[in-house]
Amino acid sequence: MTTHTEIAAPRRAKWQLKLPLLIWFSIAWLALMLLIAVTGDLWQPYEYQAIDLHARLQPPVWLEGGSWSHIFGTDHLGRDVLSRLVTSIQVSLLVALVGTLIGAVMGTLIGLIAAHFRGWVDDLVMIAIDYQAAIPFMILALAVVAFFSNSLLLFILLMGIYGWERYARITRGLALSSIQHGYAVAVRTLGASPWRIYGRHILPNIANALIVNMTLNFPQTIMLETSLSFLGLGIQPPMTSLGNMVGFGRDYLLTAWWLASLPALVIFFTTLAFALLGDWVRDRLDPTSR
Amino acid sequence: MIPKSNSPTAQAPLLQVSDLRCAFKSSKRKGFFGPHHLIHAVNGVSFEVNAGEAFGLVGESGCGKSTTAKLILNMAHASGGSVLYRGQELVGLSHQAWKPLRRRLQYVFQDPLGALDPRMTVLDQVIEPLTIHQLHDRNQQRQLATQLLHSVGLQDHQLRKYPHELSGGQRQRVVLARALILEPELLICDEPISALDVSIQAQIINLLQELRRAMGLTLLFISHDLSVVRHLCERVAVMYLGQIVEMGPAKQLFNEPRHPYTQALISAIPKADPGQRSERIPLMGEPPSPAAPPAGCRFNPRCALATERCRNEVPTLVQSGDNHAVACFEAKIPVTEVA
Repeated sequence: MTTHTEIAAPRRAKWQLKLPLLIWFSIAWLALMLLIAVTGDLWQPYEYQAIDLHARLQPPVWLEGGSWSHIFGTDHLGRDVLSRLVTSIQVSLLVALVGTLIGAVMGTLIGLIAAHFRGWVDDLVMIAIDYQAAIPFMILALAVVAFFSNSLLLFILLMGIYGWERYARITRGLALSSIQHGYAVAVRTLGASPWRIYGRHILPNIANALIVNMTLNFPQTIMLETSLSFLGLGIQPPMTSLGNMVGFGRDYLLTAWWLASLPALVIFFTTLAFALLGDWVRDRLDPTSR
Repeated sequence: MIPKSNSPTAQAPLLQVSDLRCAFKSSKRKGFFGPHHLIHAVNGVSFEVNAGEAFGLVGESGCGKSTTAKLILNMAHASGGSVLYRGQELVGLSHQAWKPLRRRLQYVFQDPLGALDPRMTVLDQVIEPLTIHQLHDRNQQRQLATQLLHSVGLQDHQLRKYPHELSGGQRQRVVLARALILEPELLICDEPISALDVSIQAQIINLLQELRRAMGLTLLFISHDLSVVRHLCERVAVMYLGQIVEMGPAKQLFNEPRHPYTQALISAIPKADPGQRSERIPLMGEPPSPAAPPAGCRFNPRCALATERCRNEVPTLVQSGDNHAVACFEAKIPVTEVA
């Protein structure tokens, strides 16, 4: 009987679906982050680099000694933590988003090229993938940053390179198996060009795996950015980023814990929200799992 | 009976396949560094399909009938021979040159679920061929596709569904509609019903016949199901291990099969009348591997009539006066009654 009622239940329209609570949280959090990143410049209470040595290491407002003039307190140079946090979110999101996008587009394209041309092109791509996978990325990043002095653009490109090999490998494997699939062959016998076959048929059909990989990759990119900045090799002061803030706040963990904890919390929730949302989006995108 | 097409070019064959060959490289080699073994999946197949007729290609699985279809449509690489379509050579044509021909020759797949993109609605998939060939504007395309889907028996509420939401028979109707929307002249059906339930098979076959009549289609129908071919086709070719062993008008071929292989196949068709049991001619053993075909006639290890000559010489397809051709040395000798 239960199966019968299931079949009879009318299909809900796309956005009428009840979202799981965690997804609501994720969407809300990411929307908040995006809002902060976009509008932050308008309402930042202070310049993020403005130093006020009279107000060093002030605690946040809800702690003893805190004041409304610095809601999240100040750091060791008396800079407003809220203002710095806003700028850090802007920088870190920009680096992670653009970096992930570059990696995804580049990796997918390389994977498709390998799958389409096969032969020596494929061999070459596979060798490159294996090389990339065998080199610890942190070391590569250190080398690149050491050779070419650090700039935001270079850093974003570096983040873009991170993880391309996974996209390429996934895309190549899935494209190879789908090109033999009935629907790809069918579209080919209809006279479709390779562009149409890959763009309209194969890519949408393998997008699931790529989106999942992207949602795994995005938090990792944030983490990588954070780690490099923490080590002092990423975003350079006076510019600030989440990792950079955690790195400098580390020295004051015992006396001024909010310096490291607040950006760390932002990192934690952002990566978690993105991972949860990605998983959910994947389920929604697949018509066969509805 | 299906009326013959009244096209004036009925004399010249629409499709002329001659000495078509296809060899695959096997992964096995001769010796350690030697050349790869070649597997001759299709080995010198010749036949003609006339405009308006339904031509059946039958044989057991692995005999090369699907490969033949793929060779015709340039989905596999032919290692020799020629395919003429209205006098135009198809073997070795470039992708560009093929594109206009794709409208004329269409292919219906064995597995309808696999042949449809799981992420596109049925209507969009039927529209797609029109988009590929840049025919009509968006509204007209939608209209045409809807009409055609109705005429193959789908209802309005099913047009927005995804392939996995339809039944097997409905999917095959969609595949048919997708092939027919370009108004092809020749429809190559590769085992179009073997993935379907028996009750659905009959529906699809009847639909095919109706569409044939309505659109003046020429059919190349590939199947291992002899009773369907007998029902649908006017001429039939029987394939065994990459070669045609017998070819002729369907009625004649089914009533008086001449090749021992055909005789065995036909004796295996179940009869509807339980009183009229026929004596089955059992075939011994498996079909030999096309990688190592037997010397002489390829059928000789399984043939009851095989002689010394059959083991040494290769019989060729010899046509007799009544358009009935057979590749067998012993064919003229009347054998034990079949039916």
